[in-house]
Amino acid sequence: MEKIILAENLTKQFGNLTAVDSISFSVTKGEIFAFLGPNGAGKSTTIKMLTTLLQPTSGRLELAGFDVVTHQDEVRKSFGIVFQDPSVDDELTALENMQLHGAMYNVPRAELGSRVEELLRLVELWERKDSLVKTFSGGMKRRLEIARGLLHHPHILFLDEPTLGLDTQTRNLLWEYVRQLSKKEGMTIFFSTHYLEEAEQIAEHIAIIDHGKIVARGTAAQLKKQTKTKSLEEAYLALTGKELRDESASSKDTARLRVRAAGRR
Amino acid sequence: MRVIYALWLRQMKRYFRARSRIIGAIGQPLLYLLALGYGLGSVYKQGGNGNYVTFLVPGVMAQTVLFSAVFFGINIIFDKQFGFLKETMVAPVSRFKIMLGGALGGATTSVLQGLLVFCLSFALGFRPYNWAMVPVAFGFLIVLSVALASFSSGVGAMVNDFQGFQAINQFLIFPLFFLSGALYPLTHVPTALKVIAAINPISYAVDALRTTLLNQTHYGLAKDTIALGTTAIVLVAFGVYRFRKIEA
Repeated sequence: MEKIILAENLTKQFGNLTAVDSISFSVTKGEIFAFLGPNGAGKSTTIKMLTTLLQPTSGRLELAGFDVVTHQDEVRKSFGIVFQDPSVDDELTALENMQLHGAMYNVPRAELGSRVEELLRLVELWERKDSLVKTFSGGMKRRLEIARGLLHHPHILFLDEPTLGLDTQTRNLLWEYVRQLSKKEGMTIFFSTHYLEEAEQIAEHIAIIDHGKIVARGTAAQLKKQTKTKSLEEAYLALTGKELRDESASSKDTARLRVRAAGRR
Repeated sequence: MRVIYALWLRQMKRYFRARSRIIGAIGQPLLYLLALGYGLGSVYKQGGNGNYVTFLVPGVMAQTVLFSAVFFGINIIFDKQFGFLKETMVAPVSRFKIMLGGALGGATTSVLQGLLVFCLSFALGFRPYNWAMVPVAFGFLIVLSVALASFSSGVGAMVNDFQGFQAINQFLIFPLFFLSGALYPLTHVPTALKVIAAINPISYAVDALRTTLLNQTHYGLAKDTIALGTTAIVLVAFGVYRFRKIEA
């Protein structure tokens, strides 16, 4: 089985704080992989390292056979990502957002038009392609981001809490796309979520991170068996404990919340 | 090139969609031209210096570019807070190109504002002394705006909140403008002011514009070119350096 993501003794330190402590895991090509953990456990830091936004302090990390530090551009071409918060340009139309992405990833011009249409149709936004994104609902923006993340034919799609704040219908639809993609295009899906029933239903393999270490790995069935519990949620709580985690918000997060509270631009 | 063009185009689209901003940005330069131009015009004339409004036009063109290009960096903070910056940070594109594409967009809009002031000033009786020199004047304006837009992108990369950005801006923009010779000739000012003006890059931009548009010079075009060129290199390098250091 080909490993499309390979982490060995991956570590990230911020000063004295070890956010990710020598973790090792791998993801097989074509599978749907869930990465779970409480807030502040090292989940976001790991995803940032996987997506080249942060450099590991030590250890090895490869995506699609490329080292994330020495072959940054190859790694960046190999994945698409849907961030936790929206990352589309509100002042552009859906189509313009797609075209800009195509230019940045150097998607051949001859192919770009048809690929954009195909993807916008897939996420059911083709009719709205010329609308400014600021007129879109949260769910529509998320769908647009999925379409955008797929534009450059990535091998891996990262979804960082993709269903956060979406209604049940939209969540359902979103996972439906993801399943289709995984099946049709053999794409590897790596996602994080706090909705454990989603992980239980969709993921083929699961890893749980806590206090910077991987505390459990396996299929949902294996995790339930290991903890002698009936649902993934119970297994998760058995593994990570029930106490609350208070994550200190970074200044950027605080600023972002302030902006949201003050209303849109 | 494709990436730089795409990011430049993005800024153009955003600019032309915000028409109120275009009108708003013209208000201040007009106020300087009308209030100062006509308010102090008679005193200036009595001093035997000629037409003050005409004298002001190059200074106010530089002011327009200064204010709007330095303000451009606020877009980087918007991109941070509204998430778009992350999309560019994970793209297989160098930070240099991302910075430059945006800054060129910001510079273009600033020059357009400057052009607007130039056109409006005709209604106030302004005429360039030689039309062949007008493209040269705009060449200087372009260099100035690219330098300032890169600088402000760098500042936008450094700070995460609007208040911090505004504080840095207010602290810089007004002294740079008022101590530049944009509003008065530097010939007879006290030595202290002369020294300050001489280390202020905006002075050279104003002088270059005045030389090319009115054939009135203080430093001479050669000095202006060297000072402005050096400033541009330093400020673009600053922008690139700060942009590389953005952590997601």
